[in-house]
Amino acid sequence: MMTILKFANPILGLVIAPFLLGVINRTKAVFAGRTGQPLLQPYYDIWKLLRKGAVYSRTTSWIFRAGPVLGLAVTLTAALLMPFGGIPAAIAFKGDLILFIYLFGLMRFFTVISAMDTGSSLEGMGASREVTFSAMSEPALLIGLAAIAKCTGYISLTQMFSSVVPELWLRSGPALVLAGVALLIVFLAENCRIPVDDPNTHLELTMIHEVMALDHGGPDFGFILYSAALKMWLLGQILIGIAVPIHTGNVWLDTPAAIAGMLLLAVVVGVIESSMARLRLLHVPQLLIGATTLSVLALVLR
Amino acid sequence: MPSSNAISLYNCQAVDAGRIPVVGINEFRKFVIEAAKSGKRIASFFAVPSSPHQVRLFAVLADDNAGNLSVLSSDVSDKYPSLTPDCPQAHLFEREIAEQWDVIPQGHPWLKPVRFHHSYSTGKGNKKEGPVIPSVMVFFKVEGEEIHEVAVGPVHAGIIEPGHFRFQCFGENVLNLEISLGYQHRGVERALIGGPDKRTLHYMQTLAGDTTTGHTMAYCQLMESLSGSNVSPRAQSLRGIAMELERLANHTGDLGTLAGDIGYLPTSSFCGRIRGDFLNMTALICGNRFGRGLVIPGGVGFDVNKQHCDTLVEKLARALKDVNVAADLLWNTSSVLARFEETGVVQPEICKELGLVGVPARASGVEIDCRFNFPAGIYRFAQIPISSWHTGDVFARAYVRWLEIQRSIDFINDQVKMLPEGQIRTDIKPPSPGKFCVSLVEGWRGEICHVGMTGPDGRLSHYKIVDPSFHNWTGLAIALRNQQISDFPLCNKSFNLSYCGQDL
Repeated sequence: MMTILKFANPILGLVIAPFLLGVINRTKAVFAGRTGQPLLQPYYDIWKLLRKGAVYSRTTSWIFRAGPVLGLAVTLTAALLMPFGGIPAAIAFKGDLILFIYLFGLMRFFTVISAMDTGSSLEGMGASREVTFSAMSEPALLIGLAAIAKCTGYISLTQMFSSVVPELWLRSGPALVLAGVALLIVFLAENCRIPVDDPNTHLELTMIHEVMALDHGGPDFGFILYSAALKMWLLGQILIGIAVPIHTGNVWLDTPAAIAGMLLLAVVVGVIESSMARLRLLHVPQLLIGATTLSVLALVLR
Repeated sequence: MPSSNAISLYNCQAVDAGRIPVVGINEFRKFVIEAAKSGKRIASFFAVPSSPHQVRLFAVLADDNAGNLSVLSSDVSDKYPSLTPDCPQAHLFEREIAEQWDVIPQGHPWLKPVRFHHSYSTGKGNKKEGPVIPSVMVFFKVEGEEIHEVAVGPVHAGIIEPGHFRFQCFGENVLNLEISLGYQHRGVERALIGGPDKRTLHYMQTLAGDTTTGHTMAYCQLMESLSGSNVSPRAQSLRGIAMELERLANHTGDLGTLAGDIGYLPTSSFCGRIRGDFLNMTALICGNRFGRGLVIPGGVGFDVNKQHCDTLVEKLARALKDVNVAADLLWNTSSVLARFEETGVVQPEICKELGLVGVPARASGVEIDCRFNFPAGIYRFAQIPISSWHTGDVFARAYVRWLEIQRSIDFINDQVKMLPEGQIRTDIKPPSPGKFCVSLVEGWRGEICHVGMTGPDGRLSHYKIVDPSFHNWTGLAIALRNQQISDFPLCNKSFNLSYCGQDL
């Protein structure tokens, strides 16, 4: 039982993560007065892609094929470091939050080089955007987590989130709010949601993340979609870890509360996307630097 | 002033083709250049074969202030001194003439194919073999360490028509955009020669599917003028309603797609639906959402009764209310304005120099509108004020659309209330032989210009169509200079030009 519990987060992630996308889409549909696609559509899409064959351009090498697989593997590894609800992470050690952040860096590295491998000018453009923006969102994420670490006094994710309790909110509420806002911006940017990127656009000139996956098809693209959903699940857990400080000690109570928190987050994302336009690409760095500033303030304020 | 040489016409005034002065190429050149400098626009500029070794150039210049057209012609053989260096708005017309008739405009700075087809001229034994592949040409290239080239199309990510766009970029900045079209060239103008016949009207309705009523109107007015037929007041009123419904549907759709491009969901979803409502109002009148079969030579194909009128007024009121909400959301959301404002600016001087028409021109403060400057049909009796804005950016192009939506709804309401009684169609006489006529119509994109000439048998001997897109594509390329490449889709939507209307 305990071994299964140890791997609960990657398993829950694999099962529930695509559902979050379904909830976001449904929220947007409700706002637009549409029925919207089925809540389980992301699962159908991934399943469809996994059964398809893949086409590879002659200009690509093994790097292009390795990218999506490594991306998914790295995300699953990151899931092992993340506690969820009342369940501790499978692997926990001092300073694992830095590994957690850099595993996403690694995932990005593979996405970018497999995009560059195609030699397409559009994918190169997307890769350059992705790298530029992530160079600005990474400090926000790192410093934001550091601020929470400073508030709680732990630098391991498991201990850190288990000590975010209502009392901590009373003690260092302002710092947690600032860090929370900064991490929400990072969450939107890293998961290519509005106002940074538009996941619905199909215009190759404006996309950031999607344009890098233009040449991937079939199972490869399925892996990319799956790891994107997982990434959203994991980064969302940081936000939920702060905003839903429910630690009764009962796994059967804490975990459903955390899942409910994640679904609420998906609804919030849907509302944000239904009520504002996307930023001009030139203004995205300003938003991300703003997020970094909030993180720094949270760290100083604590 | 050499303009005394040119013949002056009104919109839809047929004259004997023989009365159009033929002058030497130097005088012709001087006249067109001076007219353009004095603020006239080239509405149409084309060549017609006059003898086995010669073509006759025709220039139709529109004087928006006086509301008249000057026409002049000149015979040239295989080359002539280009007008473009002194008159930039002639550039695409000269390229078209060179491609169609193998007549070289010497000194043209940008002599490239327009539609990628073989020359029509046969007299010189220069019939070319093999296919011509669109977009296979030398593109303008910027060179440098950090310059990169981005090619988009002809197959696009969205469901749009084919066109090839070549960007020269410095980072995210666009230094130059070159647009290469011609993928939808069908040879419509050539197919019209010898008409009118059963097919002619269908060609007109499908010149540009979203401008069915506009192009059909231009054709019908031309045919009625060439044959000296009259259209009943009731038919003219109904035609006006059809024109404005087409404008409403497209402008509303454009506001929606502009919102969609920046990821602003509410207006995007609203307008997509309201556009359908407007299309259905056209269907209410004639049974077709795009107005096919409504405007026909001699009048209109379908009449409306009291019940239709009541439904139309009621539906219009509801649509106005909805589109009000959708548009107000756009103008009141700061994240939307941040994207729209100062994006893709076209200066009024550039606008005049390139001879832009329609919404992009009015959005740069250039007040031209054929419904006002060259009124024909119902617009001679019911005037619609010109809607314009001064900033020349994406916001202006969106806002002018919104102003026109309100005015078109007012116009339709007035027309429905005062709909004259009487016939809806009269039988049209055959066209008179040896005539020349220009017909201008303000389609929703801008000025549509049809020029028709009849031969000695009363059949069409030449037909020239200028879709507003033909004027405006260059405007889009200029608007993109020093813009972010990621703003291209937004700029493109704000112009929303036709590919098939340009390719013909």
